[in-house]
Amino acid sequence: MKGINIVVCVKIVPKPEEVKLNLETNTLDRANASSIINPPDKNAIETAIQLKQIYGGQITVISMGPPFFDGFMKLIISMGVDKAILLSDRAFAGADTYPTTKTLSQAIKKLGNVDLVICGEESADGGTGNVPPGIAEWLNYSQATYCHEIDYDASEQRFIVKRSISDGFEIISIPKPAVVSVELNINTPRFPDFSLKKELDNNKHKIPIWSATDLDLEPNEIGLSGSFTTVDSLIQAKGLERKQIQIIGNIDDIVDQLVDLIINK
Amino acid sequence: MNSKEIWVFIEISDTGVEPVSWELLGKARELANKVNFLVTSIIISNKESKIAEEAIARGSDKVLYIIHNECSHYSFELFTKIITDLNEKFKPEILLMPATHNSRDLAGRLAIRLHTGLTADVVQLDINNQGILLGAVPGFGGSILAIIKCEQSIPQMATVRPGIFQSILPDQNRKGTIEYIFPQIKENLKETILIKKITLNKEDISKSPRLVIAGRGISSNLNEIRLLAELINGGVGVTRPISDMGLFGREHQIGSTGISVKSKLAIIFGASGATHFSSGIKNVETVISINLDHKALINEVSDYFIIADASEILPRIIDKLKLKMELIK
Ligand SMILES: Cc1cc2nc3c(=O)[nH]c(=O)nc-3n(C[C@H](O)[C@H](O)[C@H](O)COP(=O)(O)OP(=O)(O)OC[C@H]3O[C@@H](n4cnc5c(N)ncnc54)[C@H](O)[C@@H]3O)c2cc1C
Ligand SMILES: Nc1ncnc2c1ncn2[C@@H]1O[C@H](COP(=O)(O)O)[C@@H](O)[C@H]1O
Repeated sequence: MKGINIVVCVKIVPKPEEVKLNLETNTLDRANASSIINPPDKNAIETAIQLKQIYGGQITVISMGPPFFDGFMKLIISMGVDKAILLSDRAFAGADTYPTTKTLSQAIKKLGNVDLVICGEESADGGTGNVPPGIAEWLNYSQATYCHEIDYDASEQRFIVKRSISDGFEIISIPKPAVVSVELNINTPRFPDFSLKKELDNNKHKIPIWSATDLDLEPNEIGLSGSFTTVDSLIQAKGLERKQIQIIGNIDDIVDQLVDLIINK
Repeated sequence: MNSKEIWVFIEISDTGVEPVSWELLGKARELANKVNFLVTSIIISNKESKIAEEAIARGSDKVLYIIHNECSHYSFELFTKIITDLNEKFKPEILLMPATHNSRDLAGRLAIRLHTGLTADVVQLDINNQGILLGAVPGFGGSILAIIKCEQSIPQMATVRPGIFQSILPDQNRKGTIEYIFPQIKENLKETILIKKITLNKEDISKSPRLVIAGRGISSNLNEIRLLAELINGGVGVTRPISDMGLFGREHQIGSTGISVKSKLAIIFGASGATHFSSGIKNVETVISINLDHKALINEVSDYFIIADASEILPRIIDKLKLKMELIK
C-alpha cells in the first residue's frame, strides 16, 4: 500500500469537572457527566489527517468503550478519518493498563500492516500516558511519547519526532512500525463536517464493533480479570478550605481591597 | 540474608540527577524501615560517577550501577532490556520510578514486559504489613484520589510525581554496597537514533512564596502579569494553554500535567478553574482570582474572587501597588 497506514487510538471520557465522588457510597457519580473525546486524542486525529494529506495512506480510529460511543465514532469519521471501529464487550469493563493495551494491540494486529499508531499524551479521566508504550510493547513496535512534531522519512521508513523531556526537547528518529503519543494542543483539530455526520446518522451507517471473541481474547486476558491492579478505595482529594468571598463594589473599591490583601499576605 | 527489596530508579538527564529520584529514595527509605525491606538504587549510565555514593548517602542500602556505552541518554530499548534482566536476577518486590516523561515512557513499556501492575502518577504512598504498596492516584484532573494496589504480581510498580516527597539530606557516614554491572546487549537492539537535544535553563517557581498566575483570559497582557510578579517579588504561573502557545515555558505551568505549588499567595487572572489546573493550587494558602464569569469554577476554589475584566483590574493593581510602595519607602 502507498502512504502511511495509521491507527489513532481515541478514548471517550467523562468531563472531569462533572464527575463527583458520592461520599456516602464511595463510588463515582458519572451518570450526570457528559462525555467528550479525550482532548489530546483530537490532536492525535488532526496529526493523522495532516500526515495523510502529505504522504497519503489510510486512517483508522479505534476506541475501547461501551456501544453508545458509536455516535462519537461517526463524529470522528466526519472529521476526516477513513474508518472507525469500536472495541466493545461487557468483559472489557474494569480494565487497567495491562488488559487495555492488550485489547487495543490485538485490534491493531487484526487490522494488519499498520505503520503508525497515534495516541494522546494521556487520558483526562485519570490516565497517565502508559497506554501508548504498553501498546508498543505488545506489538514490538518502536515508541516515542509526548511528541509535538511528527514527520515521516519515506526512504528510510522512519518517523522523526520532536518530544518534550524534563530538561528540554529531543529530536529522535524511530523505525516504523511505531507508536507515538502527542501532546495536548499541538495543533488545532479541525471541525467535523456536520453534513457528513448527518448523512452517517440518517444512513444508519453502522460502526463496526469488535468483541473479545472477534479479537481472539480469552476472558482472563481482559477487563477486571486481566488487570493486575485493584482499586482499594476512593477518596476526595483534600485541599485547603476556601473562603469563597466575593469582593464587590466599584472598580476603585475592588482595587483598593485587592491591594490591601496582596500587601498583607 | 535474603531480604526483600524496594528498588528506586534514579533518573539522570543532561542536567544531572532528576531531583524527584532523591525524593523517591527518601520515601523508599521510610517504607522500607516500616517492613524491614532493603532499598536498592538502580542507576543506568555510560560511565562511573559519584551518583552511586550519593545514592547511598541519601538512603540506599545497595546500588546496582549499570554501565553501557550507549546509555548516556535514555532510549526505551536499552533501558527496558536492562531493567528486565536485572529484575529476572534479583526479583525486587517493589520498583519506584519518577513520573517524568522519560521514566513514564519506560515504566509503561516495562510493566507490560514484566507482566505486572503499574500504579501511575502517585501522590501518596504507603505500605501495609504484608508489604503491599498502597498508592494514591489522582483521577479526573486531580479532584478524586483512588488508592491502588497490586497484590498478585511483583515487582509492584509505581511512578511518583515530582515535588511530593522529601529527599533525605546526604549522610556521608551511611553504609551501603555498590555493584557495577556491565551488561552484554546484542547489537542493533537500539534502533532509536538521537538526532538533537535542546536543553533549556529552567526557572523554578515551585518555591516562590507569591505567584501571579495567568490564564487564557489575560493572554494578551502577559507583560503586565510579569510586572506585577516583579513588584510583589513573586513568580509567574500559567495555565496549560498559555504554555502550549509557547508564551511561557512548561516549568511555569501549573496543574496535573505541570507542577503543584504551595505558595502563600496566588493571584489568578482569567483562568477558568478546570480541575486539571486547580489540582495544582490545592495547597496554596490564599487564592485570589479575577474572572469575567460569575459561574466560573475558579470562584469556588478561591478565598477571594472578583467578577470583573482582568485586563482592566490588572494595570490598576500595578499602579496602586507602586503608589503604596512609594509611600512605604
Ligand atoms: C490530560 C489533560 C491534562 C491537562 N493538564 C493541565 C494542566 O496541567 N494545567 C492546566 O492549566 N490545564 C490543564 N489541562 C487543560 C484544562 O482542562 C483547561 O483546558 C485549562 O486549564 C484551561 O485554561 P484557561 O483557564 O487558561 O483557559 P479557558 O478555559 O479558556 O478559560 C479562560 C477564562 O478566562 C475568563 N476570561 C476571559 N476573558 C477575561 C477577562 N478579560 N477578564 C477576566 N476573565 C476573563 C473566561 O471567563 C474563562 O473562565 C489539561 C487537560 C487535559 C485533557
Ligand atoms: N479505552 C481506550 N480506547 C482507545 N484509546 C485509548 C483508550 N485508553 C487510552 N487510549 C489511548 O492512550 C492514550 C493515553 O491514555 P492513558 O495511558 O490512559 O493516559 C489516550 O490519549 C488514547 O489515545
